[in-house]
Amino acid sequence: MNTNGTVRRRTGLWHNEDARRFVSLVATGVLIALLTGADGSQDDSLLAFRESLLSIRLPICVGLMVLLWAVFYVGQRRRISLSPAVTGAAFRQRLRQMPVVRWLLIVAVVGAALVLPPFLSGFWQTVLVNQVGIYVLLAAGLNVVVGWAGLLDLGYIAFFAIGAYTTAYFTGTLPIAPPFVVNPFVAIIFAVLACLVAGVLLGTPTLRLRGDYLAVVTLGFGEIVRIVALNGDDFTNGPRGATNIPHPSITLPFGVHFTVPGLDWKVDWDGSLRWGIDSLPYWYLLLVLTALVVFLLSRLEHSRVGRAWTAIREDEVAAQANGVRTVRLKLLAFAIGASTSGVAGVIYASKVGFISPDNFILQYSIFVLAYVIFGGMGSLTGVVLGAALLTALPEFLRDYVAAADRPTYLGAVLVLMMIFRPAGLVPAGRRKAEITAQQASDPPGSSVQQADQPEAGQPEAGPTASPAGAVGGGQ
Amino acid sequence: MSLQEFCQFTILGLTRGSLYALIALGYTLVYGVLQLINFAHSEVFMMGGFGGMFVIRALLGPSPGMQSFALATFYLVLGMLAGAAAGGLTAWVLERVAYRPLRKRNAPKLAFLISAIGASVFLFNFAGKLWSRQPQFVPQFFEVNKPIFDIFGATMTLIQVVIVGSAFAMMVFLDRLVATTKLGQGIRAVAQDAPTAALMGVDIDKTISRTFVLGGLLGGAAGFMFGMFSLVQYNMGFLPGIKAFAAAVLGGIGNIRGAMVGGLLLGLVENWSAIFIDTKWSDVIAFVALVLVLMFRPTGILGERLGRSA
Repeated sequence: MNTNGTVRRRTGLWHNEDARRFVSLVATGVLIALLTGADGSQDDSLLAFRESLLSIRLPICVGLMVLLWAVFYVGQRRRISLSPAVTGAAFRQRLRQMPVVRWLLIVAVVGAALVLPPFLSGFWQTVLVNQVGIYVLLAAGLNVVVGWAGLLDLGYIAFFAIGAYTTAYFTGTLPIAPPFVVNPFVAIIFAVLACLVAGVLLGTPTLRLRGDYLAVVTLGFGEIVRIVALNGDDFTNGPRGATNIPHPSITLPFGVHFTVPGLDWKVDWDGSLRWGIDSLPYWYLLLVLTALVVFLLSRLEHSRVGRAWTAIREDEVAAQANGVRTVRLKLLAFAIGASTSGVAGVIYASKVGFISPDNFILQYSIFVLAYVIFGGMGSLTGVVLGAALLTALPEFLRDYVAAADRPTYLGAVLVLMMIFRPAGLVPAGRRKAEITAQQASDPPGSSVQQADQPEAGQPEAGPTASPAGAVGGGQ
Repeated sequence: MSLQEFCQFTILGLTRGSLYALIALGYTLVYGVLQLINFAHSEVFMMGGFGGMFVIRALLGPSPGMQSFALATFYLVLGMLAGAAAGGLTAWVLERVAYRPLRKRNAPKLAFLISAIGASVFLFNFAGKLWSRQPQFVPQFFEVNKPIFDIFGATMTLIQVVIVGSAFAMMVFLDRLVATTKLGQGIRAVAQDAPTAALMGVDIDKTISRTFVLGGLLGGAAGFMFGMFSLVQYNMGFLPGIKAFAAAVLGGIGNIRGAMVGGLLLGLVENWSAIFIDTKWSDVIAFVALVLVLMFRPTGILGERLGRSA
């Protein structure tokens, strides 16, 4: 694809593909040495540099990177190109077309989610509920807004906050007394209603705005909700937040009481289900809720509404011209996303039992958005998987990295992921098709942009320019 | 509310507003050429603060005492240059690592957003690790809070004069640069129509890279001044970054003069609101003002586009 003319003209060392890759890998090595090295101090700003770069760490990290480069280099010299059959691409392609495999995978994942958690340690159970479960629900909701309707919402966590504070209000743990105190399960209804109202209130005036303007307005909304919660000492208890939010419980009108005659086996259950400090029951509750939400949303995806959202996302004017009621549908997407978030808020509030404005800072909105895009915007499977992986990732680093440093790795993963798999972990079918089509039809007129293409061809984009050829042209 | 109080808050608003405007220019420049929100720009600002602080510390030590006028000016300019250089370098690396590879692969628009968010999260946590998470202060080498002049009983201090003055100088400089130089012409051409600009011989990659650096220089210098004004910390970029982004949108994102107007206006509104309502609501007021403006002028006060006509 690279025209030889543009490549040959640039013959400086910096324009040599291998030299460039070498420099960036060495830089990465230094970065890793710093990242894993000592912490800095307030008085001696160069302490971290000295401690990390003068230790054995630096040669090891840089050495590894140079080795990596050498492997690349030799690989390219020899022009080793594996056929798709060997690399397994063809095999994977064939697998993908078999519905059985897909179902097996789903069954395996659901089975693992059902069976495994009791065997995990208490810590991991808590992570599963407080992080993974909650964020999967949040991400599934945001996926409707961003992934399907294409509305960039940066204040999504506000609805989570509204859900949580509604729970606190209706369980009587805020300074203002509610008209009646209810079980957190019943609070779900009120939380969903509150979020619907908030979503419509925010959406009605703002949904006329285009992409980035909508983003900043929703961001503002998120901050407003947080600051109101922070400053409203009289009704939200300010920075102290709400404490002792009760756990949910269900008492069924019937119990199960029976004895098996002959055997000494007796069931005596009064029909009550209680959730408590223990994380495991919450996990199953969240699993049921997530399954429900995912099922409902997946029904929506290819329905008339879902297709209308796609139309709006792709071209709002064209959608409107074709009779799609854009404002109403955008509001619907907003409201559905908001109410899902509200449900997550209820569960979070009653699980943790304590909420404060610090739980609802802008960064969490951004994180949820990152999970959605990491997983594959618009693909429910991807979003659920992405949220689960990225929320669990920092916890895996727990034994090796200080808590404060963990987001650094999250950031690095996000950047790398976007470079190498911009459509996400499990790309939505439509988006994937778009990207491949775009790459295939890349106009030759854009050769100025293409002239010094630093990376080798995309790993999975089929017949792109051969990297070996491009390098050969440069020398 | 007395006149004095009003003037005092106006001065404060001008100071903050001119810093917002400087940062907002970075958002707007990048938006102009790429139609992307550079979410990592707040980290450029933070790096500028650190860069300036380190240079001042290295030259003068932790407690230098007051310098003479000429020396103080010299160090101030030096610190600003160091901050600008740190900001520019950060922006350049950012474009190289988090933007260019994606551009080469025709990634969808939101992928850029996430890679920028990732870079931002990485950068500020990394800075926190390298230079500790405690707040740090730029050594004071001149009397920062010396009152310079009174307006109706409200005093403007030396640092405020410095910030407002240098910010305006930089804004005029940028405005002229974009309007008259070849680089500015290139930036405007890419903003208007990138493929056509490429056909006319504009090197798009270089222009984009330089646009990032330009925004980084301004943001870095603003970071140093912010450090002089308050403190330097790994997460110092967050709030000013968001405000400046809001300011850029307020003025019409992609519009250079819009960013200046938006920044100043946001700073003023935020501080005026502190007179009438409590200071703790000033962030809410700023965002409500933003929403109100956008409802009546959906593309900001001065409208979009870096290039003159759409």
